[in-house]
Amino acid sequence: MRTGFRAPLLAAATLAVVFGVMPGAAQAPYRAARAADGKANLNGIWQALNEAEWDIEGHSAAPGRVQALGAEDAVVPGLGIVEGGPLPYLPAAAAKKKANFEKRLTSDPEIKCYLPGVPRAMYLPQPFQIIQSQKHIMMAFQYGGAIRTIYMDEHTDAPADSWMGWSNGHWEGDTLVIDTTGFNDLSWFDRAGNFHSDALHVVERITPASADLLNYEATIDDKKVFSRPWKISMPIYRRKDKGARLLEFRCVEFVEDLVYGALRKPGTRAQQ
Amino acid sequence: MRHRSLASFGVLLVAIAVIAVATHRVAGQTAAPASGKPAPAAQGTKKWTAPRTPDGQPDLQGYWTNSTYVPLERPDKVTKAFYTEQEFAAVVKDAAAREAEQTEPGTVADVHYDFTQFGLDRSQSAFVKSDLRTSMIVDPPNGKMPPLTTEGQKRAADRAAERRRAGATTDAVQNMPVGTRCLIMAGSGPPMMNAGYNSNYQIVQGAGYVMILVEMIHDARIIPIDNRASLPDNMRQWMGDSRGHWEGDTLVIETTNLNGKNPFRGSSEKMKVTERISRLDANTLSYRFTIDDPATWSAPWTAEAPMTKSVGPIFEHACHEGNYGVRNTLAGARREEKEAAEAAAKKTSN
Repeated sequence: MRTGFRAPLLAAATLAVVFGVMPGAAQAPYRAARAADGKANLNGIWQALNEAEWDIEGHSAAPGRVQALGAEDAVVPGLGIVEGGPLPYLPAAAAKKKANFEKRLTSDPEIKCYLPGVPRAMYLPQPFQIIQSQKHIMMAFQYGGAIRTIYMDEHTDAPADSWMGWSNGHWEGDTLVIDTTGFNDLSWFDRAGNFHSDALHVVERITPASADLLNYEATIDDKKVFSRPWKISMPIYRRKDKGARLLEFRCVEFVEDLVYGALRKPGTRAQQ
Repeated sequence: MRHRSLASFGVLLVAIAVIAVATHRVAGQTAAPASGKPAPAAQGTKKWTAPRTPDGQPDLQGYWTNSTYVPLERPDKVTKAFYTEQEFAAVVKDAAAREAEQTEPGTVADVHYDFTQFGLDRSQSAFVKSDLRTSMIVDPPNGKMPPLTTEGQKRAADRAAERRRAGATTDAVQNMPVGTRCLIMAGSGPPMMNAGYNSNYQIVQGAGYVMILVEMIHDARIIPIDNRASLPDNMRQWMGDSRGHWEGDTLVIETTNLNGKNPFRGSSEKMKVTERISRLDANTLSYRFTIDDPATWSAPWTAEAPMTKSVGPIFEHACHEGNYGVRNTLAGARREEKEAAEAAAKKTSN
């Protein structure tokens, strides 16, 4: 069919525009739009568009965790965001990852609406917003109202462990570099049970690639869990929907009977 | 800064609310005059020029607290709008003593730790010392909320009946206050009320937005500064839908589309909240809000609750993740019921 022949070309052309790539033509690096203070302007509502939430490594489609949810709960296939692979788990950690996978229905922190940690927050299938000032760059996530504060000056060590870690940032040209430590050992990387310890150290590099595209890469180092550092990379897209805004996904309310239901007084009615 | 506990103190919050420190309190407030009462003039200070962000907005950024002993409504025995400095000092001293009472062993039954030990009480932290008002409410001038409408009275009665029908707060998590459940706390609002402890805020301004991070439950209020339409009427949120604009150096935030699950003093989901925030000086933010809810009150009413400079950083308040309060409360109640049932069975068999 003839029209079918043109569609891929059109798609390729569209992609070229989106990614700011001109095939066959040398091009100067993209110079990002400026914020009022002259830094690259990262303000906006953003979202990754990939399947890392199911498994950061490449994976095929698979059945879900809850039979009643059928195709809606099935694992969506994806190429993964890990560079190289497989993940260099230490032997004991590899066993724990396998156990996590087997009990993912009850053990994935997302099931209980817990804070997502880093980098998982960055590729959850929900938008996040960057609010950029000189001293602080805030990342506000729709999922669970999670928050990251990137301290651009007054860098300090993490005062205590936390879910979202302690982030110190600086600019290298138009690239925002974020060094995050001070994690607890409770968040996961994905629904497949990939995990980390409280020794997690994440260094992220966020670079505007066009007006509506960020290139994101992160180096993950965790000597208690992995034999060497490893990298993830992915594009993050601007949400261009008309009137785009973060809405509330205050999920605590949705998990109360899941978390506390066994302690409900017998005979009282559970919430719908 | 004192690092605040990672754990949830939701239950503690309720305890604080119950203790209801008899607040009165302070101030040589230079904020906007309220309801015809002239505010005390700025004392011998030169005119304050509000700083600007690089893109020219009035700069509200920084760490702030609205921790205060000023009650929303004026106490019955008080007949004036402002205390003297001496009266205010006495009020604070009295309130701080009440807060400290819990630390005296044996004075409050069954309390094995309390917020004063963590520096969470108001008197040990930054609190607003410049506000001598006897009530936050400045309009009506009597410092009290206007009378409830018939609909407002009926709703209050219905809600009370529903609470009784649902049973004890220890029966099920859904019977507990929303703050205890880590759903939302008084600091988020809107309006943003002092939360008893951790009443801290961080304001960050990015292009086109003002973000107010509320320490409690890490709630971020993201206020777009444009003329966008509000959400459709069927879309409702705990914190509603907020839109902002500048009037001179004052940020005006209008919020509608509340979901009604966290009523403010009996409000309906039709409540519209208009907040006005501006800088009075390097260390003080004026915060004024008007409640417009004809389904509840016979007239709109307005309150002022200034904020003072606080210290950062704001640490992660992972409330739900550390909510042992709900779990232990429910587990304790079930245990008591079991023991009572066993005791009754034993008595019968004897």
